[in-house]
Amino acid sequence: MARSAEAIDERNLAWYLDRAVRVFVFVGGISAIVLIIGIFVFITREGLEFATTTLNIKEFFTSPRWAPTSETRPTYGALALIAGTVSVTGTAMIVAIPFSLGAAIYIAEFATGKTREVLKVLVEMLAAIPSVVWGFIGLSIMNGIIIQLFNVPIGLNVLNAGVILGLMAAPIMTTIAEDALKAVPDDYRQAAEAMGATRWQVIFKVVLPAARNGLVSAVLLGVGRGFGETMAVLMASGHSINIPDSVFDSVRALTATIAAELGETAVGSDHYGALFTLGIMLFVVTFIINLTADLVVRGIKKR
Amino acid sequence: MVGTEVAPATKEAVLDIRNLRISYGSKVALNDVTLDVRPNEVFGIIGPANSGKTSFLKAITRMDDFNASMNVSGQISFLGKDVTKWRNVFALRRRVGVVFPLPVGLPLSVYDNVALAPRLGGTKKKADLDEIVERCLRRAALWDEVKDRLDSLGSLLSGGQQQRLTIARALSQDPDLLLLDEFSIAVDPVTTMRIEDVIRELKNEISIIMVTNLVQQARRLADRTAFFLNSEFVEVGDTSPMFEGEVQDQRTHDYITGRFG
Repeated sequence: MARSAEAIDERNLAWYLDRAVRVFVFVGGISAIVLIIGIFVFITREGLEFATTTLNIKEFFTSPRWAPTSETRPTYGALALIAGTVSVTGTAMIVAIPFSLGAAIYIAEFATGKTREVLKVLVEMLAAIPSVVWGFIGLSIMNGIIIQLFNVPIGLNVLNAGVILGLMAAPIMTTIAEDALKAVPDDYRQAAEAMGATRWQVIFKVVLPAARNGLVSAVLLGVGRGFGETMAVLMASGHSINIPDSVFDSVRALTATIAAELGETAVGSDHYGALFTLGIMLFVVTFIINLTADLVVRGIKKR
Repeated sequence: MVGTEVAPATKEAVLDIRNLRISYGSKVALNDVTLDVRPNEVFGIIGPANSGKTSFLKAITRMDDFNASMNVSGQISFLGKDVTKWRNVFALRRRVGVVFPLPVGLPLSVYDNVALAPRLGGTKKKADLDEIVERCLRRAALWDEVKDRLDSLGSLLSGGQQQRLTIARALSQDPDLLLLDEFSIAVDPVTTMRIEDVIRELKNEISIIMVTNLVQQARRLADRTAFFLNSEFVEVGDTSPMFEGEVQDQRTHDYITGRFG
């Protein structure tokens, strides 16, 4: 006689465990969204009131005068800070892109066996160096080198911060670019080689175009890293408000400004609100950069 | 009447192979092969998996150059010159078109897929490239299906179309020798027949080595056929007599009549 359904239809431990895991994983997934919205709400709430009432938006974007502590007339011009961040990040990318692409191509296409493994580990170790250590290198080593090499009075400037930031961003860019190159099927290389393509031609005509989206996103993540980096830039850039004429001018970055000043402002004051307005701007810019990088990567899969 | 039109032996061989031996470390992949491939013939190579057929094709274009574990000894002459003595391996490879078992549509447009080899070779003029692309796609029996979408991605074509695209690409190198490595493995029967027609046409211009798992395919297409078995070069002969039972080795007969393999 067949068993009845009622006799075997029981919720056992496995059933409850499955439920519990589902809830747990769901909470984990949702928390990312909750956190990012939470952070956005927080900085917006702290900065928005100031940004919409007291702040002169036109001055904020066009005036290079950042003087929030002025007794007579505090001004909140962020142009010089934006120029500082952009110039340092731009210099960093000039340094980082050739380095990281070269390293990624070498690791993915040329290095074999032990060399490859050792290099990969080393690159990952480079990525793990704390930014304050990089800042220290900028402050104590690069500073002297730049003064001697270029015969300039101050070695803490766009060049210094850019090189340091470029070296900082290069490892992570290398890792992502290498993943993108490794994702190119070997069949493509073999097909091109069979056509009589040289190693150089295989890489430049077939592998790099095939990995293009991944490489673009590697660069964009590097740019995002550059915008967001604080400590190393604070230490190596000279931290003086300035729209740079050359790479030998000292500058001050948006992030460094927040880090250096936030501790000294009264919560709720105009200065406090102005720093949070910088924060909103940074958040939006890095969000856009990362989103673009992500969409570009998705672009590969669609094609 | 395939098989009766064997090219006269007086003509110089496109490919002349003597005592070829291929090994990977201590494992022998193929031993003591001596054969020649003549102008305007389809040369079939049959044999079960792991018989050294693909290694054989790799050795011809020196694909072992970047593979330290692959050892090739003996002599392979292509167009009368020992391949190891070609100073520019890339020039050598350009004379030999290769079609792999699984179609590889590079992630470029259909046009760029076919124009890649001429571009690598230095052809720049749009008119020249247009002419090459159309000619090669026509010869690969693909032109009519893709002429309106030359700009779409080659990797988006169907498997059969991609395989013909691969053939068009191999032809764009203007090769003297075409190597087909089990081209029908990922292709439906109808497309296979179309490609076989293409091969019969191409034979008028170039020599073709066709590695195949399908014994009957060799019978249909090959002028002469070689049989590889477990790294051993068993024999080579005209296809028709071989399939009618005139074999030097009983194993060949057993294989083509389906007793094993």
